[in-house]
This record gives sequence, C-alpha cells and structure tokens, in this order.
Amino acid sequence: MTVTLEVAQSSSPTSASVPMIVMEHVEKWYGQFKALSDIDLTVRTGEKIVLCGPSGSGKSTLIRCINHLEAYNKGRITVGGKVLGDDPKIIDAIRREVGMVFQQFNLFPHMTVLQNCTLSPMRTRGLDKKAAEAIARRLLDRVRILDQADKYPAQLSGGQQQRVAIARALCMEPKVMLFDEPTSALDPEMVKEVLDTMISLAEDGMTMICVTHEMGFARQVADRVIFMAAGEIIEEGHPKDFFTAPRHERTRAFLGEILRHH
Amino acid sequence: MSGQELLFLLSGLKWTLALSAVGFVTGAVFGLLIALLRTSPNAITAKIAEYYIAVFQGTPLLMQLFVVYFGLPLLGLKLDAWIAVAIGFTLHASAYLGEIWRGAIQAVPRGQTEAANALALSYWPRMKDIILPQALRISLPATVGFLVQLIKGTSLAALVGFIELSLAGKFIANQTFRPLIVYSVVGLLYFIICWPLSLYGTRLERKFAATSR
Repeated sequence: MTVTLEVAQSSSPTSASVPMIVMEHVEKWYGQFKALSDIDLTVRTGEKIVLCGPSGSGKSTLIRCINHLEAYNKGRITVGGKVLGDDPKIIDAIRREVGMVFQQFNLFPHMTVLQNCTLSPMRTRGLDKKAAEAIARRLLDRVRILDQADKYPAQLSGGQQQRVAIARALCMEPKVMLFDEPTSALDPEMVKEVLDTMISLAEDGMTMICVTHEMGFARQVADRVIFMAAGEIIEEGHPKDFFTAPRHERTRAFLGEILRHH
Repeated sequence: MSGQELLFLLSGLKWTLALSAVGFVTGAVFGLLIALLRTSPNAITAKIAEYYIAVFQGTPLLMQLFVVYFGLPLLGLKLDAWIAVAIGFTLHASAYLGEIWRGAIQAVPRGQTEAANALALSYWPRMKDIILPQALRISLPATVGFLVQLIKGTSLAALVGFIELSLAGKFIANQTFRPLIVYSVVGLLYFIICWPLSLYGTRLERKFAATSR
C-alpha cells in the first residue's frame, strides 16, 4: 500500500531540484556475503556520477540494483519518484526510464543493428515500426554508426558494438543512463570513440551513473566521483578535490594503483 | 522380391514417415511448453516439468506405447493403433525435446536476458524475440539427432500392430521366405532417410562451432 501512495504523491518529478535516484540505507546480500552495506546516495536530475573502486567493491552491484537486475535486501531505492519494490509493473516502468550499457555490450546477435534498436520501443512503448525506426536512425546517427544499421553485431568492431548498445538504450528515451564498465572489454584504440559518445551524452544533460576506471573521463564530465570498497561508499567528492586531495588512505592507494597504469 | 512387395514396403515407409512427422511436430509443440515450464522462475511448474521429463526419459519407449495402447482401454478409452502410437510418440518426443531445449535455453548467455530486462522487455517478448531464436540455433544439431532416433524408434510401433516399415518388412519376409534380402532392403530404406539427416546435423554442429566464437 505504501508503494502506491508514494507513487501517487510524486508522479511528476521533472524539475532539476528533484532527485532522480535516491538510495537509502540499501543493503544487498549474496548468501552470507554482504555486497552492499548501508548505501546512501542521491542523484540529482542531470547529475553525472562516476563510481570507481577495486573489483568486488560492489560498484556494479550498486547500479544493477537501480534497474532491479539485482534485488536489494534492505533499505529503499526511489527512481524518478517511484519506489522500487517487487511489483513487476513498477520494475518495468522504472526500466523503461533507465537505460543500461554493459561491459560485454550484450547486443542481440541474431538481429541487425536497427532491429536491436527498435525491438523494445515497439514492444514496450507501443511504437509502430516506422516510428521506432525513425528514432533508431536518429540515435544511430548520433553515435555516428548509422551507416552500419543493417549489419549484424558480429560484423562490427567492439567500439562500434558498444556505440550501438548506447543507441539501443537511448531509443527508449530514458531519463537516466547506467554504464557498467563500458570500455573495459574494448581494445585500447576503441576506448576513445565510446568515451566521446558518453561525453557528448553528458553535455546534453543526461543523468548518468558510470562505473569506470577512465579517470580522464571522470575529470572531464563527473559532477561527483564516488569511491567504493567492500560494499561501502568510502569517499565522494568533486573530481578536482577527489583526485588532488583524497581524504582516505584506501582512496589514495586505489588512485595510485589506477593512475600508475594510465 | 516383386514390385508389388516393394510397393507394400514403401507404403510401410509412408506410415513410418507419417508417424515420425506427427510425433515430431506435436512433440515439438508440447516439448516447447515443457522446456518453458522447466526453465520458468516458478519452482512448482519447473518441478512438474522436471518429473515429466524424468518419467519419459527413465522408462522404455516400448513400455510407454504399451501403457497407452493396452492401458488406456482399461480406463474406458478405446483408441485405434494409429492414435495410440501417435499419443505415445508425442509424449516421448515432448520429454526429450523439452530436455534438449531446456539445455539450449540455459545455454543462451545470461547477458542476453539481462539486456532484455534492462530494456523493460517482459517474459513473452524476451523469450519469443531474444532467447528462443538463439536457443533454437544452439539446439539444432541435437534436435536433428533426436529426429533420427525418433524415426528409427517408430519401428517399436510394430509391437502394438501398427503397420509401418519394419512390420511391413516382417510380413513380406514371412511371405517370401527371404528375410535376408527383405530386411536388407528395409534397413536400406531407413538408412536412406536417416543418414542425410545425420550428415545435416553434423554439418550444423560444425557451422555452429565455427560461428559461435
């Protein structure tokens, strides 16, 4: 009952002052292993956040809880004013507004680039083929890959596939984009084309949460950088402060490790 | 062997193919249902499908045919041989195809389901548009392999008096006293049907191995 009430109260949260995502005391367990511990995080509309931390620190788990790819065990997550619970209708409503880009692209290999982009808008947003293709072509053009629209994913390079994956998510016209290590599976020479796409998206005002170790990207676009370790948020700050004067020893150690390789 | 006798064998072959086709097609329909139940997130339906598969994989096909043909009439359900064997083969094929496709559905990378979920696709479009087309491709070699088994397995229908290729062969062999020639011809007919299918299955397997990297 509380769920329905709260949805009704805040059904039009579009102004910039309204938080897009609120996580309150969120906990996530895998059996005995505590993957997320007392996570408090508020993301304002239009804000760009970079999440970093060593592997196994819970950063991927955190963003995967936001679109319910993982269920959380305790606390509360609110996305666009809707409280994320177990109700499949609410979950689907939130997923329609939250795009996600994966490390391994996860394009549908049996469909062309264009079909990858039009499937969900046609199935979940009731668009006809013509309308869905118009949107898809516009967004494929935007990620500069329209000329490959009729190819299959396997015919594209990794960087091209990831740009298609970004376009596919954008075709849902989401309010938030989640990036789960989008450049980690790419050959070095393809990282830039994907980051450039993400930067242009950020410049257009998209609300973004990016799990990434690309610190150049973090410096350039992040409003806040958040450092996680062992399922907890250890430190967060504006990139300028975060990189020049990290407060915690673990953050310093991590940054030392990361920046040495760049 | 006279032309007329060969013709009789060919009419037996016709029924072998008809029974195979019916068993495979109806078995595929129910097999798909079994595979979907078996992989469903609902623990109860998944368990029911698991037991269904276990029963039909764990008992001889011949017993299954006997139960349908001799058992059901005891419950007041009188079936002619054609319907009885068709039901028997449907049950048999649905369990095996259900298990083959269960494996194929689970072999589709988890990232595909996650991407579909992230795009807000619900169960049916996710299955129909994304998982099943990929699972079908993965399962094709095993599915063709099972079809070959099924075609050869139809010879068991002879034991409930259904005149297919092998029973037709028995009639002709008894009539002509030339079992060696007659059964060789019968074997050759099975081979002509099954061998190309087996080759096709192997080719699909190779093709799949080459493109799935």
